[in-house]
Amino acid sequence: MRRIINRVPDHMTVVVLAAVPFLVLAALYLAGSAARLAENPNDKLLPAVTTMAETLHRLAFEPSRRTGEIVLWADTAASLTRLALGVGVAAAFGLVFGVAIGLIPYVRAGLASVVAVLSMIPPMAVLPILFIVFGLGDLSKVVLITVGIGPFLIRDLAIRVGEMPRELLIKAQTLGASTWQIVLRVVLPQVLPRLIDAVRLSLGPAWLFLIAAEGIAATDGLGYRIFLVRRYLAMDVILPYVAWITLLAAALDIALRLLSRGLFAWTRVRSG
Amino acid sequence: MANVSVQGVWKTYAGQPVLERLNLEVPSGQFCAILGASGCGKSTFLRLLMSQERPSRGRITLDGAPLPEDPGPDRGIVFQKYSVFPHLTALANVVVGLEFAAAPLTGRLFGRARRRAEMEAAQVLAAVGLDGAHGKYPAELSGGMQQRLAIAQALVRKPRVLLLDEPFGALDPGTRAQMHALITRLWQETGMTVFMVTHDLREGFALSTRVLVFDKVRHDPQAPEAYGATITYDLPLLRKAPPPALAGAVGAQEEQRS
Ligand SMILES: Nc1ncnc2c1ncn2[C@@H]1O[C@H](COP(=O)(O)OP(=O)(O)O)[C@@H](O)[C@H]1O
Ligand SMILES: [Mg+2]
Repeated sequence: MRRIINRVPDHMTVVVLAAVPFLVLAALYLAGSAARLAENPNDKLLPAVTTMAETLHRLAFEPSRRTGEIVLWADTAASLTRLALGVGVAAAFGLVFGVAIGLIPYVRAGLASVVAVLSMIPPMAVLPILFIVFGLGDLSKVVLITVGIGPFLIRDLAIRVGEMPRELLIKAQTLGASTWQIVLRVVLPQVLPRLIDAVRLSLGPAWLFLIAAEGIAATDGLGYRIFLVRRYLAMDVILPYVAWITLLAAALDIALRLLSRGLFAWTRVRSG
Repeated sequence: MANVSVQGVWKTYAGQPVLERLNLEVPSGQFCAILGASGCGKSTFLRLLMSQERPSRGRITLDGAPLPEDPGPDRGIVFQKYSVFPHLTALANVVVGLEFAAAPLTGRLFGRARRRAEMEAAQVLAAVGLDGAHGKYPAELSGGMQQRLAIAQALVRKPRVLLLDEPFGALDPGTRAQMHALITRLWQETGMTVFMVTHDLREGFALSTRVLVFDKVRHDPQAPEAYGATITYDLPLLRKAPPPALAGAVGAQEEQRS
């Protein structure tokens, strides 16, 4: 018998094995839902798939009677805008400060400790302050995301820049490069792929901060909707919303991975 | 081209001398091989010549003027590893040196200026035997070709001094022989002053016009770190040209592998 660490499934088996857990989860849900509904047709905890489909259809295709907007798309647009702004600003900060801290000893001496300490502050603990300072509108949510993931991005990039082989920086100088030219032509191209990876890693926390802030104080957004309908135990809204958020998160992750691959072909080159 | 003068140089790290009492006059165009035990300070000496580090005592002059405070295009360098930019193709690795000189703000050339720089870079690549590899990334090149690229890159700004830190240490013997022929030819064509650190005694004697051996002369058994290394042998080889066998092999061995 071969050791199990040496046994590799073929392509078909991989597909089947990957599908099994999903099918099991779906079957468990269907069985549970059917059992509860058989006992009590008004049960709200595990709504039938058909109920969820009807609700989702209403949310995704029919204008709301109250506002005239199509709820799902309005919520999605509001949430994605906040997420994109928060993550975008954090990434810009991460790049500028990360490169400066990693490359310039005087900046590192001045800022590395304060960034390390700031990154220890639990972002949710300062959310009330953000609401007080920036109001209950979009700004406080964007700032929460930025505050929440910015320090991680800064530190991650600073570490990457610090890890670059010293030889490359020396080499650039012996080719006559100024500090600015070194940043443009040596440092940035090498850390941009890492920035995209770091952003991918921080998307999870970014969603967390977004949903939490929307749940606490907002008038639209995916998180707002989930927390709103919780009062009515509307699992037929909550579950499709959670699935939709998961789908969006996965799509963003894949899009960033493809972007990184497309832009930075050299990272995939391996000697043959 | 460039004579290098090292006068009473010491280098200490945290109070412990690594190099001590270095005195050296290297006339322009000499090819100095630097030999010595591992950890005795050979790379440190190159870092001093490169202005990556400063002497703790003493001074170094280049053509009579104090060494600039930073590394610069007057002194090229080839390391054993990490000598080329992994994110640039072979051609771009060489072009970038010209771009640094010509485009202070963007570090990039475009249009006609870029094509002219590419032509110049292509000539340097041809000189090191890399004509066919313009579009390849360093990771796609063999070890020997990567070092050829590193040499081409170091040469494109026409340095007066070329510093080589065990440049061929990681190469197999056959490739190494080709690289010896290459570096000899380039040294003769350019007239640069060359300092080459090597572990390989034969390599040192075969390529250079002068062999410098670094070692500790003072020993304190109670404190092995108390003294630094200095130049214990300084052997001029009374040879202005490489041995004929090597010179003859130059053209024949310039074949490429990947
Ligand atoms: N930046 C540094 N700080 C402290 N010690 C160093 C530093 N650089 C080198 N050394 C020490 O100096 C000695 C010589 O190092 P190096 O010049 O790299 O030796 P070689 O190249 O001859 O093998 C070693 O003992 C090394 O530990
Ligand atoms: Mg060394």
